[in-house]
Amino acid sequence: MRDKPLIILGLVIFLILITFPAWYNVINGKATYVPDPVVREGQGDCIADGDWMRANHMDVLNEWRDLVVREGVRVHETEDHRRFNMSLSYTCMDCHSNKEEFCDRCHDYLDVDPYCWECHLEPALMTPGEDH
Amino acid sequence: MAIDRRKFMKIAGLAAAGAAASPAARLLATDENVAIPDAGITAAEQAPAGLPQEHPLTAGRWAMVVDLRKCEEYNAAHGNSCTHCMDACNHTHNVPDIPADQFGGEEIKWIWKEHFGHAFHNQRHPFQREHLEHLPIPVLCNHCDNPPCVRVCPTQATFKREEDGIVMMDWHRCIGCRYCVVACPYGSRSFNWRDPRPFIDELNPDFPTRTRGVVEKCTFCEERLARGEGPACVEACPAGALTFGDLEGDDPEFRNLLANNFSLRRKPELGTQPEVYYIGVAGSHGSDDDSHSSEEASHD
Repeated sequence: MRDKPLIILGLVIFLILITFPAWYNVINGKATYVPDPVVREGQGDCIADGDWMRANHMDVLNEWRDLVVREGVRVHETEDHRRFNMSLSYTCMDCHSNKEEFCDRCHDYLDVDPYCWECHLEPALMTPGEDH
Repeated sequence: MAIDRRKFMKIAGLAAAGAAASPAARLLATDENVAIPDAGITAAEQAPAGLPQEHPLTAGRWAMVVDLRKCEEYNAAHGNSCTHCMDACNHTHNVPDIPADQFGGEEIKWIWKEHFGHAFHNQRHPFQREHLEHLPIPVLCNHCDNPPCVRVCPTQATFKREEDGIVMMDWHRCIGCRYCVVACPYGSRSFNWRDPRPFIDELNPDFPTRTRGVVEKCTFCEERLARGEGPACVEACPAGALTFGDLEGDDPEFRNLLANNFSLRRKPELGTQPEVYYIGVAGSHGSDDDSHSSEEASHD
């Protein structure tokens, strides 16, 4: 048992190393960072309130996708009878018009990588005459 | 070679360390991504698309009639170089132009011109009128009533719309297995072997592109029908050779095209019930056109 101090020292070093990402971010102030997606103002209300959309937008998009492509249904009506074109590239991106500053901020933070934009055009690509 | 316990523990330990290291490394690497840039909207102003057409074009059974006589006459007057239908389609749907000399066999086709012997190979024989060999034949997905591509698709990414017969593509669902490419007897399906975007000259903002690993084909412009517009190729044809209509509709004009003309379909013997019909096979003059060179007469 004469190796006890060495073992404990090793364990301490091990714990420090494995928790490195956590305390590194605490020291840098990154642990309290909350992403701040940018929405264009003055374009009318979203189809639902922000909290609900934050939690459910992915399901909404999946539902819209299936309805438009497979059922031929293209108009979404909210509970308060507002009607929207079920389109990511147009309806959503009309207000959330900057993919980098809206979509990517949270998705990067959460390390999720949705593949919408491999096919759908983000607004920056939809503007003719600009080289991207 | 057997792995003893000691070696196994070593390998397992290394693997665990590696697995633990990768998320940690990613967390550190996100420093740049979480940095807060100056806020501000840089995207250009965009006109809202509004609601889709309240009155989309609907049908009981969409079909297309191709008048080869009109197509041929216009082509003959313009040096056999008419590609209006193809150009309109390619632009409308962001179809990439992948050069065959660099990437052989990777081209993407929705509507294209084919030789008679290829389009109607079962109708071809060595003694036929030479005229037929020079007919430019626009071919596209036949939107079959009994589509073999739909039958083989394991994910129902391609499916037949029961309401109007269009054989649709759901690119979200395509897993790129290419069963449909093999099943289609008309070669109407193309596979994206690589990212198509670098091969699209001018992006059409109204339609998505495809991504690597999915199959694509003509959809009878269902997105335009939903807006109350006809197919892009039909609209673009300067000769009026393409007619799009409802075989089950009230308007008899479209059906009369078939009732009053001899028509061909591609490979009808396979039982796929193709819904693209070809009329005017006899040609404009009913005799051979001597202006064509006989060298083009044979292709296989």
